[in-house]
Amino acid sequence: MRVSLFITCYNDTLFPATGKAVVRVLERLGHTVDFPLEQTCCGQMHYNTGYQREAMPLMRRFVEIFRDAEAVCIPSSSCVAMIRDHYQEMVSGENQAQADATLSSELADLLPRVYEFTELLVNRLGVDDVGAYFPHRVTYHASCHSLRSLHLGDLPLSLLRKVHGIDLVDLPNIDRCCGFGGTFAIKMADVSAAMLADKMKDVENTGAEVVTAVDTSCLMHIFGGLHRQRAGIRMAHIAEVLASTESDIQNGEWTWPSA
Amino acid sequence: MAIRVGDSDSAPSFQKAALPLLDDAQLRKNLRHATDVIQSKRAAVVAEQADWQELRTAASSIKAHTLENLAHYLTQFEKNCSAAGGQVHWASDADEANRIVAGLIRQYRSNEVIKIKTITSEEIGLNNALEKEGIRAHETDLAEVIIQLGEDKSSHIVVPAIHKNRSQVREIFKEHMNVPDLTDQPEQLTAAARSYLREKFLRVQVGVCGANFLVADTGSICIVESEGNGRMCLTLPDALICISGIEKVIPAFRDLEVFLQLLPRSATGERMNPYNSLWTGVRPDDGPRHFHVLLLDNGRTKILADREARQTLHCIRCGACLNTCPVYRNTGGHAYGSPYSGPIGAIVTPQLLQMRSAQSLPYASSLCGACYEICPVKINIPEVLIHLRGEIVRQQTGFDIEAIAMKTAAAVFTSRRRFEAAQRIGRIGQRAFVSNGWVRNLPGMLGNWMRVRDLRALPQQTFREWWQQRAKARRDDRHV
Repeated sequence: MRVSLFITCYNDTLFPATGKAVVRVLERLGHTVDFPLEQTCCGQMHYNTGYQREAMPLMRRFVEIFRDAEAVCIPSSSCVAMIRDHYQEMVSGENQAQADATLSSELADLLPRVYEFTELLVNRLGVDDVGAYFPHRVTYHASCHSLRSLHLGDLPLSLLRKVHGIDLVDLPNIDRCCGFGGTFAIKMADVSAAMLADKMKDVENTGAEVVTAVDTSCLMHIFGGLHRQRAGIRMAHIAEVLASTESDIQNGEWTWPSA
Repeated sequence: MAIRVGDSDSAPSFQKAALPLLDDAQLRKNLRHATDVIQSKRAAVVAEQADWQELRTAASSIKAHTLENLAHYLTQFEKNCSAAGGQVHWASDADEANRIVAGLIRQYRSNEVIKIKTITSEEIGLNNALEKEGIRAHETDLAEVIIQLGEDKSSHIVVPAIHKNRSQVREIFKEHMNVPDLTDQPEQLTAAARSYLREKFLRVQVGVCGANFLVADTGSICIVESEGNGRMCLTLPDALICISGIEKVIPAFRDLEVFLQLLPRSATGERMNPYNSLWTGVRPDDGPRHFHVLLLDNGRTKILADREARQTLHCIRCGACLNTCPVYRNTGGHAYGSPYSGPIGAIVTPQLLQMRSAQSLPYASSLCGACYEICPVKINIPEVLIHLRGEIVRQQTGFDIEAIAMKTAAAVFTSRRRFEAAQRIGRIGQRAFVSNGWVRNLPGMLGNWMRVRDLRALPQQTFREWWQQRAKARRDDRHV
C-alpha cells in the first residue's frame, strides 16, 4: 500500500525520530511511504484555543494535499481527533461560501482514509506483530484523544504486547489526563503542573525506564517533567518502540534512543 | 435589573484563584479522597446498568426536545401547577427573583426561612438579598449548614463541603452549635446537626427549595435528596417557595423513569436517592397551604439562542463531571469563583454572564474529554468550551500578544516556505536559551512551560530535512 505520511508540525520540528520510526515500520512491512512536502499543521492549536478562523486555511490545506491519498498515516491521535471531530463542522459552518460543497465532499471522501499510526497497523493493515524487539521496561500512557475521541482503547497495547523482549507494565490511572492540553500547559501552567505531578507519580511507580504513547505531545509534557527531576525515565513514541528490531540492534542500524 | 451568578462578576481569574488552593495540602487530600470515593461508587452502580448508554441517549433526546419546545412545556407546567393550587412566578434575572421571594416571605409575615439545598438560590445570591431585607435564611442540608456556619462557600454542586474533612467540620460545629465535647465521629456530628436543625424545622413557617425536575404534564416539582431535610422542608412549613431555572422542566411524568435512574447513580453513586419527593400544588390538611414556583431565566434564554452551546442547558446538576475532572480534582470548586464549578461551571457561568466576565473559565480545561464521557445527559463540554473560547477570541479588541502570536503562527503554517524558514530560524534563535541540548528558559508566556518542565532543544535536522536528504541519497544511488 502507498501510505501518505502526515507527520504533524511538532513531530517534524521537534521530534523527527517519531517520523523516522513510522517510516521504518511501514517500509519494513512492505509498504511505500510518501511524504508530501507542502504539509504543515492540522490547525488543532488554533482551533482549540479559540482561533477557529485561523484554522480554516489549515484545514483546506490538509484536504488539498491529501485528497488523493490511498491512506493517510498520522502518528498523533490528537491531530487525528482534530481532523475527524472538527473538520466536517468547520466546512459546513453557517458562514461558509457555497463554493465549499466541493471541499465538503472531498473531506467526506478523505476522512475514512485518515488513520492514526496504530489504527493503520491494526485496523487497516491487519498487523499486530510488527517483528519488533525492545528489551526495556515500558509503560504505556493512553492519551485522552486516543481514548475518548479515537476510542483506541488498548489497541496500541495489543501491538506492544507482541514486541519481543519488552517488559510491559500497566500504568495506574491510565485514563487520566497528563495535564498537557496544548496551550492549557501555558495558560494554566500551575494547574497543569499539578496534573503532571499526579501523572509522574504514576509513571515512576511502575518502575519503567521508558514511557510510551501514541502522542509525542503528551510525552513531551510528561518527559519534560520527569527530566526536570532527573527521574531517569526516557520517552519513546510507540513507533520508536515498534521500529526497533533485534537484527537492527545487532547491525547497529537502528539504535534507540535515535537522533 | 441584573443577571448575577453568585459573586462571579468580581471573582479573580481561574489561574489566580487556583494558586493558593493548589498549595493547600489539606484541601488537596480531602478532594482526592472524596472524589475517589464518589467515583468508585458511581462506577460500581453504573456498571450494573446494562442500558446505561441508552439511558444517556434517551435523557439527551428528552432534554433536546424540551429545549426546542421550551415555551410550550413551561406554560403547560404553569397551567397544571396553578390548577393544582400552586402559584407560578416568572423572574428574568437574579434581582427580580430575589425581590419576588422576599415579597412572598414578608407576605407570610416571617423573618426566617428554612432552605433545602438549592444552587439556583446561590446563583441569585438569595441568602444575602434576604439578609438585607431582615430575613434570616437557615440552610438545612448538612453540607450547606457546614458552609453557612463556617462562612464559607460551596465548592461542589452536589457535595458543597467536599473540601472539608470531618475534623474541620467538628471545629465549625463546636463553635456554632454550643457542643464543646463534640468528637469527629460521623454519628456525633450528624446528631449535633440534627438537634440544631430540628428546632428550626419545627419553628420556621416558610420553606425555600429548588427543583431537580419540573414535570410539565402534572405540574409537579421533583426533589431528590439523601438526608430527609428536604422532606422536612417540604412538609412542615406553612408556605413553600420553589426556585427553579427554566431549563429544569421535562415534558412528562414518565420521563422521570430515565432521569431518576441516571441522576442518583451519577451524583452520589446510589441506585436511588433515599428521599424522592414529588410535590403537586396544595392539599387540604397536609403539607404547606401555600405553594409557589418561581421560574428563573437569569441568562438562560441567551444560552438557548446559541445553537452550539444550547446543550449546556441539558445539565441535571449531578456533579459527575467535577469528580472526574483532573482540573477540578486538583483545584476544587473555589477556583471557579461561582456556585457552578468544574467543567459544567466552566461553561455555565460565563454563558449566564453573557460572556462579559468569567472569561478565564473556558480555558480551565485540558479538553481531556472525561466530562463528556461521564455526563449522563451527554453534554459535549469540550465542544462547548472550544466554542466559548472562539467567542472570547472574537470579542478581543486592541493589542493582544497571544492573538498576534497565533495569527503569526497561522501565517507560518499556511506556507511551506514560511514553515521551513521558521524551523530554521527557531534552530538559530534557540541558541541563546540552550545548553547541553536542553532549553533552559524561554521568554514571555512560553516561560510558563519552563517552570516545572524541561524541553529538549530543536534537533539539528527536522524530519522533512531528513526525508529530503534520504530521497536525494536514493536518487544519487540510482544514478551511480
